[in-house]
Amino acid sequence: MLRADDLAIFPIDAWIQDSVRWVALNLRPLFLAIKWPVENLLSFNDHVLHAIPFPVAVIGTFLIAYRLAGRGIAAFSAISLIAIAAMGVWSEAITTLSLIATAILFCAAIGIPIGIWCASSDRVWNVMRPILDIMQTTPSFVYLVPVVMLFGVGTVPGGIAVVTAAAPPLIRFTNLGIRMVDREILEAGLAFGADRRQLLWEIQLPLAVPTILGGLNQTVLTAMVMSVVVAMIGAEGLGLVVLQGLGRLNVGRAAVGGIAIVLLAMMLDRITQKLAEPRPGKQSALMASLWRLIRGEQAAALPSPAIPGGTAKSERTQDTA
Amino acid sequence: MTERLRIENLFKIFADAPQRAQQILAAGGDKNSVFEELGVVVGLDNVSLTIPAGATYVVMGLSGSGKSTLARCINRLNEPTAGKILLDGQDILTLDEATLRQLRRTRISMVFQHFALLPNKRVIENVEFGLKLRGVAPKERRLRAEEVLAVVGLARWSGHFPHELSGGMRQRVGLARALATDADILIMDEAFSALDPLIRNEMQDELLRLQQTLHKTILFITHDFQEALKIGTRIAIMSEGKVVREGTPQSIVLEPGSDYVAAFTRDVDRARLFDAASVMSKFETLVEVPQGIVVGAADLPHEAALLLDADAHVIGAVSGADVVKARSTGGKIAPSCDFVCVPQNTKLVEIARSYRTGHPIGVLDDGGRLVGLLDAEQILARIGSMPMRDGDGGRDAAG
Repeated sequence: MLRADDLAIFPIDAWIQDSVRWVALNLRPLFLAIKWPVENLLSFNDHVLHAIPFPVAVIGTFLIAYRLAGRGIAAFSAISLIAIAAMGVWSEAITTLSLIATAILFCAAIGIPIGIWCASSDRVWNVMRPILDIMQTTPSFVYLVPVVMLFGVGTVPGGIAVVTAAAPPLIRFTNLGIRMVDREILEAGLAFGADRRQLLWEIQLPLAVPTILGGLNQTVLTAMVMSVVVAMIGAEGLGLVVLQGLGRLNVGRAAVGGIAIVLLAMMLDRITQKLAEPRPGKQSALMASLWRLIRGEQAAALPSPAIPGGTAKSERTQDTA
Repeated sequence: MTERLRIENLFKIFADAPQRAQQILAAGGDKNSVFEELGVVVGLDNVSLTIPAGATYVVMGLSGSGKSTLARCINRLNEPTAGKILLDGQDILTLDEATLRQLRRTRISMVFQHFALLPNKRVIENVEFGLKLRGVAPKERRLRAEEVLAVVGLARWSGHFPHELSGGMRQRVGLARALATDADILIMDEAFSALDPLIRNEMQDELLRLQQTLHKTILFITHDFQEALKIGTRIAIMSEGKVVREGTPQSIVLEPGSDYVAAFTRDVDRARLFDAASVMSKFETLVEVPQGIVVGAADLPHEAALLLDADAHVIGAVSGADVVKARSTGGKIAPSCDFVCVPQNTKLVEIARSYRTGHPIGVLDDGGRLVGLLDAEQILARIGSMPMRDGDGGRDAAG
């Protein structure tokens, strides 16, 4: 009888091992080049965020959340931050935050163009889709080994692992958002003589923004999860607190890290979710929110119209009737 | 009228390899036989049309008849399989991408069924859209957009978003966007079909009003025969990818030519479709008098006749008895009856309103000269006429 074990003759594990090793040895300059921008941006973000005094951070977060997402979420955010500080893990939380912020920037810089590329051609998307499937279903631990082999250990390789794990949802949503743009509107663009670039910038991207922001929200959450896992390869932050707690069988310490992670994650999720909430017809939520931030709350209201003319008015009533 | 667009033997077959389908069509097959044999949809099957400059040319057909496909072929949103589309004599199917884009930016614009406005842009920005694509400077295009928006009566709404407007207003924006580029050809693909009946009527009137001053060449696609009659200077009726009848609204109603077309014309309100010129009869001189001539209808009994001066202006009406008297005496004749005169483009329904028994009806041209005479019987016959079956013989088509 043929047994399953008899089939295990292909040394796939050895092949993968060898190839990764070969890549690590021979393509070292490439990986250093990839590492360099991550390293610099990460340390920049880390410095900036750590330099913000605690009260300023709380008040600043409150204001931003208030403008973007409303009073409730603003209050929740402020209380969360105070609670995190009260548990004594403020500095670690900020490190995690800077890791996430860096990762998100890279995800956006890489993911959105790839998403646009996927949307522009079915062939590209057919190749990309299984890759994204694999990236999203692979347990996040599996990323860690090649990352360590290629980039070493520490917070910077951790950041790269986070980017790798968190980019797929953004690519998917960007692709989806562009593909969902109403065909008639696209045709209107073509009929008025738009070239490919104009089609993308005038029609496809602006109309895809709500969906892309939805993807951004997913990316933020994935990054949050991954930022904990990468503690295993020496990345600092809240994940390390949990890992240390577990290692020393200090349940309390681990729980503090866990609670802080949950609070931070909820805060980021709620704020980015509000950002992505579709407001049909208005400017994209992100633009509107930024605009509101700049101009202040009241200016965001539309200028009220002069009393509409006769025909216009009657039409309106009929239409709503 | 000069010819602006000519479509010659246009085919559109929705398939990657249309040769087989073309062979079947060439061998006398039709849309259905191609679909049965190959599972391939034929959009246009040998369509040829000539669209004069300044015409409102309506392509009318039911869904699946190929009318929208035809419209989209003209600015090549659909790429035709074979044939020619000549714009001022130049075949636009041979243009490269850049020239085609230029053509779309400057010569041909389009109004869409579901408006296709950008929801994230304000009304004024939507109107500017075509100019922006063309690269017109912001200030200049804003001015132009404001101008056009005023033309369609939406000047006050320029700062609003499309979703704040009603359907009719949104389509006005769509129309303004199309007009802003100053393209001389306007494709309106079921432009009013998504609007409710009252608003649709209003928009039709608006289009007719605008067309009086703009003189664009409009290709209007619709499934509504009444709409086609109302705005079309010429109508092409499509079915199964072919043009089955083409002509002026009046001639199509008078001579549908097939049962398929007759089904559309059956319920047409003829009193509103036909004008005085299309039913009037010729007149002949009955007697010459010192003031001018007395004329009556050639082939109608005349209880009364009209008295004309030397320039064919109507001076008055005289009774039949006076005519007989004047014939014998040859002397002066005095107007003795009341009469009605209507311009030659007056619709029959209007004439019916001003008709009085015994009053002769004169039809005048733009200069006020008499060109024909009308009789109540003729009007009634025209309003009540049904399309003739085969062999029945139709009445003369309107000129």
